[in-house]
Amino acid sequence: MEILGSQALIESLKKEGVEIIFGYPGGTVMPIYDILFHEKSIKHILTRHEQGAAHAADGYARVSGKVGVCIGTSGPGATNLITGIANAYMDSIPMVAITGQVATALIGRDSFQEADVTGITQPITKHNYLVRNVEDIPRVVKEAFHIARTGRPSPVVIDIAKDALMSKTKFKYPDKINLPGYNPTYIGHPKQIKAAAKMISIAQRPVIYAGGGIIASGAAKELTEFAKKANIPVTTTLMGLGAFPETDPLALNMLGMHGTAYANYAVQECDLLIAIGARFDDRVTGHLPSFAPKAKHIHIDIDPAEIGKNVRVDVPIVGDVKQVLSELTAKIDFKKEKHEAWLRQIDEWKKKCPLSYKKTGKIKPQYVVEMIDEVTKGNAIICTEVGQHQMWAAQYFKFTKPRMWVSSGGLGTMGYGFPASIGAQFANPKATVFDIAGDGSIQMNIQEMITAVTHKLPIKIAVLNNCFLGMVRQWQELLYEKRYSSTNLCNNPDLCKIAEAYGAASMRITRPEDVKKALEKAMKITDRPVLMDFVVAKEENVFPFVPPGQAINEMLVD
Amino acid sequence: MKHTISVIVENKPGVLHRVVGLFSRRGFNIDSLAVGTTEKPEISRITIVAKGDDQTLEQITKQLYKQIDVLKVFDIPENEAVERELALIKVKADKNNQKEIIKLAEDFNSRVANVADNSLTLEVCLETENLENLEKLLKKYGILEMVRTGKIALGKTTP
Repeated sequence: MEILGSQALIESLKKEGVEIIFGYPGGTVMPIYDILFHEKSIKHILTRHEQGAAHAADGYARVSGKVGVCIGTSGPGATNLITGIANAYMDSIPMVAITGQVATALIGRDSFQEADVTGITQPITKHNYLVRNVEDIPRVVKEAFHIARTGRPSPVVIDIAKDALMSKTKFKYPDKINLPGYNPTYIGHPKQIKAAAKMISIAQRPVIYAGGGIIASGAAKELTEFAKKANIPVTTTLMGLGAFPETDPLALNMLGMHGTAYANYAVQECDLLIAIGARFDDRVTGHLPSFAPKAKHIHIDIDPAEIGKNVRVDVPIVGDVKQVLSELTAKIDFKKEKHEAWLRQIDEWKKKCPLSYKKTGKIKPQYVVEMIDEVTKGNAIICTEVGQHQMWAAQYFKFTKPRMWVSSGGLGTMGYGFPASIGAQFANPKATVFDIAGDGSIQMNIQEMITAVTHKLPIKIAVLNNCFLGMVRQWQELLYEKRYSSTNLCNNPDLCKIAEAYGAASMRITRPEDVKKALEKAMKITDRPVLMDFVVAKEENVFPFVPPGQAINEMLVD
Repeated sequence: MKHTISVIVENKPGVLHRVVGLFSRRGFNIDSLAVGTTEKPEISRITIVAKGDDQTLEQITKQLYKQIDVLKVFDIPENEAVERELALIKVKADKNNQKEIIKLAEDFNSRVANVADNSLTLEVCLETENLENLEKLLKKYGILEMVRTGKIALGKTTP
């Protein structure tokens, strides 16, 4: 029997186990939406902007570990997805973005709502497809999901011409994939693993530097076993939060520009840096030539292109970090007294320069984060936007489990957190989901409030409202002699009224003593989102702060 | 340092765009580019001559390998490959110097592809360096137009 291309697309998505799609209809994707109208096994969530759909798919992927799927129509629908695709690409999040394209006869004629989507998305996808023939749809979907979820996960775009969706084909989902140019390496080379084990055995002051690759690979357990057996302290990147329990004595917490002082000191003093699923981003390394100057480097990553990209590596291991870590753990000896002096030194740093802030009469943003941790008992999915609030969330919430932290790391996308929290809540309906936001960021995708209200999602939005674009203001204060150019948001709208207008609950909190009560009250709201407008100290800074271009131990602490 | 890079790709839409895009994004300037099919019609070979340091080249090679449609990438060392470039050179020529130019072309194993009233078009297939030497010598007659294909190369032994 022959079916429509749009039907073949949906059947293919079902074969890939897709349960939920975030999207927005439009001219060229109407054939898909016509099928979705009757479709029972795939839920479609209508966002109010395609960017929201892409971020929701991304948040869903981060929490569930599955491939997130989003849809936009041709032209502006597709270009509105771009930020979300780029965001997922920078953070290695598996996603399949489906875009409508004008009919093949109209392609290349500057037709209505035409954009060169494969051209535009080429540098921000692992791969992309322009489907012109209906019979290619099942194969392309199969390949796209395979590419998105295997190796280093990433977004893949499928751009489908409208006439392909409207033509008929015999549906047969392929069993096999034929991609001769795509063969990710999963098994680390035994010789390299042996060399790494030897290097670890002679190191006096080793540090593990763990990134988002641990989360992607599902290797949090293996990392903990490795670190504990070898008795090596662990620092994580922003993307790696939750890869190692921050409550563990070996935890150094986050490193880099806003990392803890003790993590940065440890990295600068270590004689062996073991980078696992991390990519030596500039926000981590600071001034690159001064990064970890005394250390030999072991770098474990599934992507060979990451090795040697930014730093010279002594022992590279290409492979799935989960597999490599369990091999490595098996090859190292355990001696309890190992690295004792080193760990003592680290403890001294921890005592001497812990994360800290001064409590005053105003609500301190850090305090709000600490209270969120306390009220949820650390058991919440924390989504964030981008800016100061994001760094405070990273610093003051104690992450203990993977896939509980949903934040835009590489691209640094303001407006990411709220739609991502919608995806996160769909991925785990029972979980407590927070979006810790700034008053600037929350306004970038606030239209998604109606998406959350429609689906009765009890997302807790904690706006740390300082009436500033705080992070830019901080830089202006410290690096531009307090010239607060275009960062004052004193004319902010009443965020509570906006939330209420959409049908969400809201609270405004102005006194420190009300913070905990408000959060407890918010936890009891289970049938709709709640926006908490925390009026916080206006000119609070994120410390430690490594000014751009400095070595990471040259940080400002207050 | 100049490198000749061979990129073996699946002959699919967009693949050239991807390969070239990588070079420009990494600030690697392409001197020449030649694309054509191979002994297998579904496979194409892109030959790129580019300048850059070894570390950048290594990064580009790895990034090229990450492209799904790229099957193989190799840097062809100069003395281990057969390298040629084809050029068509239209030189100003009249009755007085026609013979001289033809002689010069023959010295470079090249031939005349077309004769017009006041010009000669030469068909030149040489190693890049020789081609450029010939070009220099022809300049004194006046080069009216020239087109080069970019270098193509094959390793002398089977890879």
